[in-house]
Amino acid sequence: MSLPRSTRRLVPRVTNRCYSSAPSPRAKLNLPIDYKSTPILHHTPSSLSNVSEFPAGATSKKLNYFQAINSALRTALTKSDKVMLFGEDVAFGGVFRCSMDLQTEFGSERVFNTPLTEQGIAGFAIGAAAEGMKPVAEIQFADYVYPAFDQIVNEAAKFRYREGGTGINVGGLVIRMPCGAVGHGALYHSQSPEALFAHVPGVRVVMPRSPAQAKGLLLSSIFNHNDPVIFMEPKILYRAAVEHVPNEYYTIPLSKAEVIKPGKDLTIISYGQPLYLCSSAISAIEKTMKGVSIELIDLRTIYPWDRQTVIDSVRKTGRAVVVHESMINYGVGAEVAATLQEGAFLRLEAPVKRVAGWSTHTGLSYEQFILPDVARIYDAVKQTLEY
Amino acid sequence: MSSKAILQRSWRATCRSPRMGAPKPTYAPRRWSGSISQRPGSDRVLFPGAVNSKFTTDMSFLKASDLPAIPTYRVIDSDGELVDNSRAPPDVSDEEVLTWYKNMLSVSIMDVVMFEAQRQGRLSFYMVSAGEEGIAVASAAALTPDDVVFAQYREAGVFQQRGYTLKNFMGQLFANCNDTGKGRNMPVHYGQNYPRIHTISSPLATQIPHAAGAAYALKMQDLQNPNRERRIVACYFGEGAASEGDFHAALNIAATRSCPVVFVCRNNGFAISTPTLEQYRGDGIASRGVGYGIDTIRVDGNDVFAVNEAMKEARRLALTDGGRPVLIEAMSYRVSHHSTSDDSFAYRARVEVEDWKRRDNPIIRLRKWLENKGLWNDELEQETRDSMRKAVLKEFSEAEREKKPPLREAFADVYEELTEEAQAQMKELKRILETYPDEYDLRPYKDGVKGLD
Repeated sequence: MSLPRSTRRLVPRVTNRCYSSAPSPRAKLNLPIDYKSTPILHHTPSSLSNVSEFPAGATSKKLNYFQAINSALRTALTKSDKVMLFGEDVAFGGVFRCSMDLQTEFGSERVFNTPLTEQGIAGFAIGAAAEGMKPVAEIQFADYVYPAFDQIVNEAAKFRYREGGTGINVGGLVIRMPCGAVGHGALYHSQSPEALFAHVPGVRVVMPRSPAQAKGLLLSSIFNHNDPVIFMEPKILYRAAVEHVPNEYYTIPLSKAEVIKPGKDLTIISYGQPLYLCSSAISAIEKTMKGVSIELIDLRTIYPWDRQTVIDSVRKTGRAVVVHESMINYGVGAEVAATLQEGAFLRLEAPVKRVAGWSTHTGLSYEQFILPDVARIYDAVKQTLEY
Repeated sequence: MSSKAILQRSWRATCRSPRMGAPKPTYAPRRWSGSISQRPGSDRVLFPGAVNSKFTTDMSFLKASDLPAIPTYRVIDSDGELVDNSRAPPDVSDEEVLTWYKNMLSVSIMDVVMFEAQRQGRLSFYMVSAGEEGIAVASAAALTPDDVVFAQYREAGVFQQRGYTLKNFMGQLFANCNDTGKGRNMPVHYGQNYPRIHTISSPLATQIPHAAGAAYALKMQDLQNPNRERRIVACYFGEGAASEGDFHAALNIAATRSCPVVFVCRNNGFAISTPTLEQYRGDGIASRGVGYGIDTIRVDGNDVFAVNEAMKEARRLALTDGGRPVLIEAMSYRVSHHSTSDDSFAYRARVEVEDWKRRDNPIIRLRKWLENKGLWNDELEQETRDSMRKAVLKEFSEAEREKKPPLREAFADVYEELTEEAQAQMKELKRILETYPDEYDLRPYKDGVKGLD
């Protein structure tokens, strides 16, 4: 609604955004993430070329997260006629702009709006995949995926197992969804339900941390695996995270974790947006505790997950902290901690600690107190080191 | 179907085998009571799945596109004149119509102020109901205070008409101590205990089956207590939400259990960017009602008298013969953006919206009617607008200054009582807040860190 000029003076202006949790004026840990300097992102093409997963000598462009998703989708639609893209409001570019211009480029037969029905979208995608297409279905918010739960849990996940000898499967099916908190999404625009899907054998659950990771993991989900993939995109990163992304086609393997930062005294295991918080906490702790170095691992795929990389790391460091945004109860942290207890028990110097969302809903006014922040991660690392 | 249901079916099939003799129906006896059976030589299908369908030798498919569109009921035209001069004027007192007008106006003034406030970053989110105030206010005006409402998120007018005050609105919008939602919900997720309007839930269409179940509860309670005034449930949703499975489930179950519920679909032409042409085929949402065996009407949503008359009659029908659901599809173009997070000119022409704004609008239409009757004039309009704007701004600035609820409300009400785990988490959070006091600004919260005790 464009407002007539006269109404613009209706409300006296203030300078700060009162609703969102502004950082405390004296904060040293809980500062806004500086995405322009965080070591999590590739700020230069040269840092990109140091990583073996990216194509050697590729040209790259600085893209934010939604542009990287857009680039992956464009690459996929160009590479194979089997790829189609659909969901609510996808035609005009999607509410987060991930499908911008794709309908114009690839036509309304392959890129289209669906009616507002998540169970319909997921079921439709499963049917299309079963008959040989590679459907990329978008659920507008992860918070709204639950009507599709039956289709995902009972159909997509069990398809190959049920078909058995017919060999029919729904490989190529990717269900994308923006997830996670932004600070003012409250109960229904903040959820991160990866643990619910990770409990279901048969679907792969992926959550990329950055633009370059997102492109490679999405292309891998579409082309390199014959399993249905739940692809979760931390929506706070769509505009905030910007880095160099290779222009061409490349894939990053699923179910393979990555050691983002090597260290010797403690391993932090995380994925998605909290990795940026972990990185800040690590630089704070390495500054205050001289000689300490912390290893940071991005799971990337939540399930089936790369247990060996995590166990090997903790066997080396002897200490582990798991960090995730969604609720701590029966969460990913519980699975990782239990696996470490089995796989690295004799090397553990301290109990595996979890820093995660508290066991409640994401109440609007309380988001910053419910979700993990740098101070809580810092505290957990310190306690584990001093145990 | 659950495996339990399958097992029950096969067990029943066994029971009905000839060796067991003629079985008595063991479930749903009302529907199975012996009379529905097709006699030899019958000219029609007669069994529970189709109780009165004539046989025909003419193979013709029923073509949806050949059926005439369901008409749209209106009482006054866009000039505020009675369309049918042979009918009696609307059966509403002048005083009541003025109340409706002021309620619509108040909502629309609040919308302008809050939309602008959101643009300034004063609150995180807002949704206006521009163009749809008439549907909300005039339908709610047909309800009694004991009726129960389930709404979506664009029905501020229902709240306004049912006594929700500006203080209530602002308390919720600023998530402060006066918010019945305890600061937990996004803006515009209002809620009120009495007259009851259940707190808004963001997921679309989930409230529609609730409405059917709630209506059944009211029906049972009113049967058990015949002395009390009988009640209905009114359920609001948009045409986009009607694509969700929950909508279909709700209509079907409400029809089969004869629930006294009025479903009010606001068809505004858009679900965020998706126009209705990509949302459904066929004759709107109204045709769905007919398919489920539900009494249905389509009304002009910009005509408060048409909406109110339809709602009154729907309420009466809903309480007839032990109860039944009714569907109203109210048509009113969405002249606003979906929300403050949306710029609708990315997917529709500005001129299209301006045309609609100019052409029709429930507030302007009622104003013309009031002026035609000598009940309103420019001077009253200006006075009323000024005093409403002042009232909105006063509550706005008071609400903005009010503290947020104490931090314990982050953990309370997940269960009836705090779990042992939640108590431990609150203790741990308190330890963090006290260990790192510089990292957290607790000033906006009532009782600061003690709010966790």
